[in-house]
Amino acid sequence: MTIVMKTLASTYLKMLLGMVFGTREEELVCDECFDQVQTFAEMVFAGKDAANAMPLVQAHLDGCMECHEEFEALLTVLRAQSN
Amino acid sequence: MIQFDKIFPWRGRRRLQKGAARTNEDWLGSLRGDRSNQGLAELRVVILQGLRIGLRGRKIRNDDLEDFTQEAIIRIVENLDGFRGDSHFTTWAHKIALRVAFSELRRKRWKEVSLDSLLEESETIASITPMATTPSPPPDEVAGREMVMQLVMTLMEEELTEKQRDALMAVMVHGMPMEVVAEKMGTNRNALYKLLHDARMSLRKALIARDLTLEDLLSGL
Repeated sequence: MTIVMKTLASTYLKMLLGMVFGTREEELVCDECFDQVQTFAEMVFAGKDAANAMPLVQAHLDGCMECHEEFEALLTVLRAQSN
Repeated sequence: MIQFDKIFPWRGRRRLQKGAARTNEDWLGSLRGDRSNQGLAELRVVILQGLRIGLRGRKIRNDDLEDFTQEAIIRIVENLDGFRGDSHFTTWAHKIALRVAFSELRRKRWKEVSLDSLLEESETIASITPMATTPSPPPDEVAGREMVMQLVMTLMEEELTEKQRDALMAVMVHGMPMEVVAEKMGTNRNALYKLLHDARMSLRKALIARDLTLEDLLSGL
């Protein structure tokens, strides 16, 4: 195995292990998170404790790169709207 | 049916705030009934501006932005009855538009990449002599990147199905988006998420059964 691959593998291994140990019995799938993310985003934007209010959404966003990317973009739009 | 040819093209700059400040009832009313063409034109302005902001930093052609906007408007109008009023209407609409845009961008980015060739590459990463017959070392002896990597690879081989392994490698190691992997595997994003969830649960269970914590393993990396 090349050094580059070992390094790459190590980076992703840390991410994988973090996700593995953070796995919950009950998790939302992408569409279930998508269904609620507008509410979650507005709570985050308003400075409320969205993670505690909607822990399953938070957990999904922590583990799903695509949903997280879309959520971050939505938050950017909300912030731009307010400026 | 949405008649896009009757919606006048956007000319000049309109403030995003104007659209965002309207009530939900106003938006819903403007998108139904006799005023719907005007409502659609106004929604188009809001969505297009939202996409420009949300996709900032990515090289996207104006034609693509227009396509995303049109597709988003179709989905928004089709799902108007599904809007529950648990957010501003525009937030809900932006969410849909961003999903449309990101999905298409991901598909385009990975269109030419074959899942099989990615997974063949993974073989090189995974080609470490498995420790199948070696007893699990006690936690305080877990050290070194090679040992952690070998352990995880062995567990992936022992605890996961081939489909779970392939999906995990494609998503986690190669960074292929889940919806792209799902499409190439002939399934959907939700089903793939469940597959990966089951895989993570299996690995977690196996690691805990060996009295290993995250800290033990990260200290070796």
